[in-house]
Amino acid sequence: MRWMWIDAITDYEPNKRLVAVKNVSLSEEHVHDHFAATADEPALPMMPNSLIVEGMAQTAGVLVGSVNAFREKVVLAKIVRVNIEQDVVPGQSIRYDATIERMDDAGASTTGTIERLDHREGSWRPIGRIDLIFSHIDNNMSGLEFPEHNFVFGENFRTLLRTAGLDSVCG
Amino acid sequence: MALSRDDIQNKISEVLEEALGVDQDEITQEATLIGDLGAESIDFLDISFQLEKAFEPDCSPDRPFKIEQGELFPENVLSDAELVENGRLTDQGMVLLKEKMPHVDFSEFEADRSVSKISELFTVKTLVDFCERKLSVCAA
Repeated sequence: MRWMWIDAITDYEPNKRLVAVKNVSLSEEHVHDHFAATADEPALPMMPNSLIVEGMAQTAGVLVGSVNAFREKVVLAKIVRVNIEQDVVPGQSIRYDATIERMDDAGASTTGTIERLDHREGSWRPIGRIDLIFSHIDNNMSGLEFPEHNFVFGENFRTLLRTAGLDSVCG
Repeated sequence: MALSRDDIQNKISEVLEEALGVDQDEITQEATLIGDLGAESIDFLDISFQLEKAFEPDCSPDRPFKIEQGELFPENVLSDAELVENGRLTDQGMVLLKEKMPHVDFSEFEADRSVSKISELFTVKTLVDFCERKLSVCAA
């Protein structure tokens, strides 16, 4: 099963914008190691920034894939910019708001903002931005061949779309 | 008002600084994008998108500054057996490359035609020539 880093899609504007949320939980094992207690320091569990980037990549990737009804194999090709100014800890939620900036047969560039919800405060606050480039790998093969079936967008992504009421987007 | 060559070059420098993470003083006319500035194949997509964005205000909406796939960096020439033989471009390959890349000066390359030297053709000057040529059409 592919490791999913978004829990739900909350907003979708076809060909333009997709918003997804992720709830960070203390039951997720990766936060136990990031950072585990040492002889000198107590444990400091938090969502790794690298996985926040992956969450944005999945959000923006679904958006880019949806433009051509998931016929293209969309892969993350370049992390253009990452700026995460505050940590996200268990009990907080992350909101990824991705927008397509440019897109053609070769790929797409996206811009995205990250917000954090602290349930004690009850409001979303911006904590950074992540801009990415995706490649449509079947159009950038450079002599390589890939399987015909779309291994990028599997059943997990379809479930996400279906539970968001976006069955028609699946193609 | 049409952009001067200096204006074009300044915009391209900003794009290259952003896309490749290089310093301004590394971006000389002769610098090769791949060898000197460290560009990888996916960077050409990033550079194309950023150039389109940078020059969008200088073109009319009905003639946008659009870089088609393979226009800046031809992708299929090198993997075609009819166009490459023993690591060198055939006559047919040379004709096709010239046709696809009218913005490139092939005078030195043509003597050798070695595929391994194709990356040296892509200099900052090539990019400026490419954009100047496109702007002469879209901003006319």
